[in-house]
Amino acid sequence: MPFRRSGRLKAKTITLAHGGGGKAMRDLIDDVFIAAFDNPAMGEMEDQARLDVGDLIAGGGRLAFTTDSFVVDPLVFPGGDIGKLSVWGTVNDLAVGGARPLWLSAAFIIEEGVEVEFLRTIAISMRTAADAAGVAIVTGDTKVVERGSADKLFITTAGIGVIPPGLDLSARHIRPGDRVLVNASLGEHGAAILAARGEIELEMAVTSDCRPLNGLIDLLLAAAPATRAMRDATRGGIAAVLNEMAVAAGVGVVLEEAALPMRTDVGGFCEILGLDPLYLANEGVLVAFVPEEQADRAVAAMRGHPFGEAAAIIGSVTAARPGVVSMNTMFGGSRIVDMLIGEQLPRIC
Amino acid sequence: MKYAHEFRDPVLAQGLLGQIREAVARTSATVSQPLNIMEVCGGHTHAIFRYGLHEMVPGEIEFIHGPGCPVCVLPMGRVDDCIEIAEHPQVIFTTFGDAMRVPGTKKSMLQAKAEGADIRLVYSPLDALAIARSNPDREVVFFALGFETTMPSTALTVLQAVKEGIRNFSLFCNHITVPQPIKALLDDPDMRLDGFIGPGHVSMVVGTRPYDFIARDYGKPIVVSGFEPIDLLQSVLMVVTQIAEGRAEVENQYGRIVPRDGNRQALAAIDAVFEPREKFEWRGLGEIDASGVKMRPAFAAWDAEQKFDVGYGKRREVADPLDARCGDVLKGQIKPIACPLFGSICNPETPVGALMVSSEGACAAYHQYVGARAREAQAV
Repeated sequence: MPFRRSGRLKAKTITLAHGGGGKAMRDLIDDVFIAAFDNPAMGEMEDQARLDVGDLIAGGGRLAFTTDSFVVDPLVFPGGDIGKLSVWGTVNDLAVGGARPLWLSAAFIIEEGVEVEFLRTIAISMRTAADAAGVAIVTGDTKVVERGSADKLFITTAGIGVIPPGLDLSARHIRPGDRVLVNASLGEHGAAILAARGEIELEMAVTSDCRPLNGLIDLLLAAAPATRAMRDATRGGIAAVLNEMAVAAGVGVVLEEAALPMRTDVGGFCEILGLDPLYLANEGVLVAFVPEEQADRAVAAMRGHPFGEAAAIIGSVTAARPGVVSMNTMFGGSRIVDMLIGEQLPRIC
Repeated sequence: MKYAHEFRDPVLAQGLLGQIREAVARTSATVSQPLNIMEVCGGHTHAIFRYGLHEMVPGEIEFIHGPGCPVCVLPMGRVDDCIEIAEHPQVIFTTFGDAMRVPGTKKSMLQAKAEGADIRLVYSPLDALAIARSNPDREVVFFALGFETTMPSTALTVLQAVKEGIRNFSLFCNHITVPQPIKALLDDPDMRLDGFIGPGHVSMVVGTRPYDFIARDYGKPIVVSGFEPIDLLQSVLMVVTQIAEGRAEVENQYGRIVPRDGNRQALAAIDAVFEPREKFEWRGLGEIDASGVKMRPAFAAWDAEQKFDVGYGKRREVADPLDARCGDVLKGQIKPIACPLFGSICNPETPVGALMVSSEGACAAYHQYVGARAREAQAV
């Protein structure tokens, strides 16, 4: 371990001085971030992380690279916080492409006035999340902006992973007859965030579903190696990713409402507010397209993992109505499940 | 989900559909087809499309989507008024979410908010009053819209503001009433309606007596209905049965919620705070006599129309774009798809008419559940 200085940060709250490039910034980075993320690549304190690829991409493997920004409000919510989200969100974006997530960067935009102790909590939460997903945060950046120029804390992460040779998950491979699978109950993150904002006086025990999906995906791909494509169903819910994939693949998707896994309280929450759970955000739900003959095995494999207990086949792919997602309702009718325009706004009456 | 799934039972639905088919068959000798049944309430329009009821009922039944979506009948001028109020630097303007995206002549409230106006989404007028309480140096205005359903809560909020002496709170009152536009539609010589599905939540407040004129004076059946698909199918059956039997009565399918005389306390609160306007402007329908309410003079200090000198009658009214056929859709004379702007210039991202904004609007419901995308798909 090279020369380290920790325990020097005396300030209780972040000021513009912590973004000034001087000693205060150095102390913040050392004492909060390096202390939490602690790994050999970061400890070297060069302007870049240096990563030993070894034989990771020998034999024709490919690198996967992704980035995502996190601006969630509130920063801490039942079931998670912005730190966990920022790590697992990027881990999941890599994993649904079949990549083994390895290294993450993390950039922080901090509004002056944020408490140092809170930042430390978030940094430790990120480290815990990284360990749980088997990745390391190897490089980062901090900026401090004036009060009012940002909402407390924004985090941007980027991630690198390795896709093994021969694996090519893509919506292009989806064929009529394929089955549509999810691993878990829908809408829990969106419902938990809405409830946690406190604007709606509804009591609900639901917590965010934020979790890393790479372990679950390993099991899924081992059981169903012919899996065509996967997506992480975050913003816009499963409706958004299914529409994107139906368009990209030039196929129709027909969902069965009766097969959608959903908690009773999330369903009731949506009923009361006039929201559609298909459009609620998730942070630990993947949508997978799997050939019919491997679909049952894929479901069984996912159910063997704690993050896949509610795994289910929720629909199938058709040649008819390319680009359109529809749903057979429990009531016996059928309706289109289109992309959402803007945000879901509760109805007046 | 208890008390919801029972009303979405596909087996019950099949039974009701069979009975509806039989009842329709009994009408064919005496009544010209199709049977035009208007669901007045936007909540019913939304449910019909969400559950695909329009495709499940026999082809002889045509749902005509009525004017019961408060956002959809909001004239552009009122949106302009909201923005004018909201752009006063000392104002915090509060509104239900639906209204945020309705286009005004220049912009929507969502755009005004992005440009810096302090416009906040609330879920209840009491939330707006709470904002007024905690911001004594700001003027907090609540945009009161909606039918009789939302009137009691705004009325009670004003009474609470008066009681607490909160003077920096006011109501921009644009409440409208259900019976008058139904009368206007029945008086319209171009309309051919065979029966009505009456609004459920409005009737919870006003009861069913305000609809008596529909049966008595116009000889049309009306059935007040709940919002679950089984409710709606049962109501359709009740309307068609009345037609088949040559009856025209006010019937109540939603008896578990709607009493004949309504909610007396709610009506008393409405009466204490509001009085009828001589007439009021509806988007697409024009001016309708006694179809809106304003605040009584005793509440002038809490009336945003007076505080800010805006509102109905205060500005030159603005017409909808000429080739938009919102009015014809609102009256049920054409389906949304028949409007030349539908799905092209007018879509949920860039709505021209308000019917495309709220999920209860006929155009948005068509677009979301059956319309533009389905047509594209069939064309491929």
